[in-house]
Amino acid sequence: MDMNQYLSMFIDESNDHLQSLNENMMGLEANPVDLGIVQVIFRSAHTLKGMAATMGFEDLASLTHQMENVLDLVRNNKLRMQDFIFDTLFKSLDALEAMVQDITAGGEGKADVSHIVASLQAIVRGEIPSAAGAAAEVTAAAAPAASSSPGTLDEFQYSVLEQSIQEGHRVLYIDVAIRKDCQLKAVRAYMVFDLLERSGEVVKSFPSVQDIEQEKFDHGFSLYYITAKEASEMESMIMNVSEIEKATAVMLDSETLRQMSQAPAAAAAEAPVKEAPGEVQAPAAPAPQAKGDAAKPAPARAAANAPSRTIRVDIERLDVLMNLFSELLIDRVRLEQLASEVQNGDLTETVEHMGRVSSDLQNIVMKLRMVPVDTVFNRFPRMVRDLAKSLDKKIDLVITGAETELDRTVIDEIGDPLVHLLRNAVDHGVENGQERVASGKPETGTVHLRAFHSGNHVFIEIEDDGAGINPQKIRQSAVKKGILSQEEAARYSDDEAIQLLFAPGFSTAEVISDVSGRGVGLDVVKSKIASLGGNVVVYSTLGKGTNFSVQLPLTLSIIAAMLIRLGSEKYAIPLSSIVETGIIKKAQIRQVHGTRMIEFRGSHIPLLSLSKFFAVADFDESTEDETEIVVVRKGDRLVALAVQDFIGQNEIVIKNLGKYLPEVQGISGATILGDGQVALIIDPNAFIK
Amino acid sequence: MAEDIKVIVFKLGTEEYGIEVDKVQTIERMMPITRVPKTYSFIKGVINLRGVVIPVIDLRGRFGIAEAEHTDQTRIIIVNVNEMEVGFIVDSANDVIDLNRDSIDTPPEVVGGIKAKYLDGVAKIGEDRLLIMLNLSEVLNKSEIVQLESLEG
Repeated sequence: MDMNQYLSMFIDESNDHLQSLNENMMGLEANPVDLGIVQVIFRSAHTLKGMAATMGFEDLASLTHQMENVLDLVRNNKLRMQDFIFDTLFKSLDALEAMVQDITAGGEGKADVSHIVASLQAIVRGEIPSAAGAAAEVTAAAAPAASSSPGTLDEFQYSVLEQSIQEGHRVLYIDVAIRKDCQLKAVRAYMVFDLLERSGEVVKSFPSVQDIEQEKFDHGFSLYYITAKEASEMESMIMNVSEIEKATAVMLDSETLRQMSQAPAAAAAEAPVKEAPGEVQAPAAPAPQAKGDAAKPAPARAAANAPSRTIRVDIERLDVLMNLFSELLIDRVRLEQLASEVQNGDLTETVEHMGRVSSDLQNIVMKLRMVPVDTVFNRFPRMVRDLAKSLDKKIDLVITGAETELDRTVIDEIGDPLVHLLRNAVDHGVENGQERVASGKPETGTVHLRAFHSGNHVFIEIEDDGAGINPQKIRQSAVKKGILSQEEAARYSDDEAIQLLFAPGFSTAEVISDVSGRGVGLDVVKSKIASLGGNVVVYSTLGKGTNFSVQLPLTLSIIAAMLIRLGSEKYAIPLSSIVETGIIKKAQIRQVHGTRMIEFRGSHIPLLSLSKFFAVADFDESTEDETEIVVVRKGDRLVALAVQDFIGQNEIVIKNLGKYLPEVQGISGATILGDGQVALIIDPNAFIK
Repeated sequence: MAEDIKVIVFKLGTEEYGIEVDKVQTIERMMPITRVPKTYSFIKGVINLRGVVIPVIDLRGRFGIAEAEHTDQTRIIIVNVNEMEVGFIVDSANDVIDLNRDSIDTPPEVVGGIKAKYLDGVAKIGEDRLLIMLNLSEVLNKSEIVQLESLEG
């Protein structure tokens, strides 16, 4: 799977989690007994771990895992938060941040975190660094254990040594061992230091000078030393001090210096952590050091696959942007109208240019609100799996078109209806194993979840290869429940009967399981989808399977529409539901059973007078010899609407009629025309029952 | 002493009515109204108020007073109650006054033909001026509309 598309999301969310970790850690530090905050921190760390592991950032995951271990003890009251734990945790956060930054820059998020991991592990084991300098000696546990191992350097010390080498001085790494039976080892050490100071400079010693003075060391120490003298000369000078068992001096060039300053970090990880005394800054040094090295190859990689950078914006701001844009669109239409009246070449040109720019702008504004349906789909595989398990069925969920994009508001609302339909497919659609085998189907059922574009709509289909719906059963059930009379039921075609599934109070489940069939029927699904401006239909072949097809508008706020005139009034009809426009002669209208019908492409469709339906005072098409008609469609049924005139096609901004107005039959909303007047948007669905 | 409130005064016929000023968004001159079919007769339609579509009610019609021709005095008062924006068509609106809450009395059963439930009270201002304070939530109560329709029908 190509992880790249998820990378930017990962980075965004990691940063969010790190931010909240930081904030909550601060809060916890101020109030260390508040276990509620620990819970929050734990959850954030846990999420981060999961995300990092999924994305394959092992170091990030392992470090968060260790943090989690510590936090787990804390929240279970097995460990009390103390300063050094905070410090370690904060250090871990810093390391995490550095890693995430590395990932953002195109790196692989690798960093040497072994020393932090080691100290976290030490905390988990209940080891507390020596009480004396507890606050400071956070990572002490990870410090070099034996005096024989070379110590680490911080950046400053490293650069001093590096510079000395370049300037031609000798940099020696000196290891001194004092006799085990020595009584006053601090004194002997002091004498060695004194000697060394006379002919050079001690840059760094392990353990630190203070520790040595307080006899906090075993029987030896090591140090970095800058001098003009030869290594062998120094060795013999040190050996002259009494009770010194051994002294070795190695001259370093810049390469070995670099290696030596880095090596201990790795060594320290495995090193036993019992040796409390150590150097505070020491372990911190390698991290930036290693990073410095890593930084060099990084830019090359960054150029290759830097993830697209994103910011997250409050959806409300996008709504405001959309509203402002709508205003602009209204003005644009107005300007176009004025320009065509004024007939000034320059003005027309400018307005046309503005039109093009605003079209681009519209595209971008719309795109901003688009989200792939995957954000809804991604939780379904698990849901179907669990559901199938609980029903003892074998079901494959096949998802296609998860990248199809939909308006954010639609995405937010569509989840529940889809869950309902999927549950239906799994519970009622697909038969159980024996039945399937008996009817010659593979034992494992398949549920397809498809999303695709078609025109101005997005379709989401949920198709199972189950038993299908028996229209006869539906008819009986509908009659029994009083939804239909016996006669009506007989008149319904199979196809129409199946659509009864969406009728309120209809549920065909013979056995009510806890999965579906609880009376919250498909009618809820239908009304939800309708409220989004969409539609749902069901197709089914008995024995072959069932397909629920959900049709959703691409966007909820701007649509293409045909403007028509009825007397002094103007209305808009959404282009997406218009099949055709045309003109018919009065003679072509026929009366069938009291309804007026016209012939359209070989079949008869009803003709409806909009002016009568809306009670328009100043127009009546029956006085005309020829009538303009608009043929609209709902599903596969058609109706012709008689109008007075076509005004033209326009992009219109959908506005609602305000909360006060009750639902108006045949009207789905309003829009503002170029002349500032309000025109009502016709809801063609209302004319087709 | 109770607090002072500012009240927009408008006229329907000869009666003077008041709406608290903080419920009023703007007062507009008459503007083109788009008829909305298949709704109550007192809902005159919708207007475009700076990009927002707002339904407009003829208050005369709402209170069952005979509707009058619109003149150049006619105003649309845009109110915002319970997050509903609605415009009221009134005969005129040209006064803002300060009123003490104490001076508002409970209304008699019927004032100028309007049911008491639509009223918050009646305030006496000046010598013989009576100001009828409207209870906007009741005026805009939808379930009330349904009853009203059935009475009219």
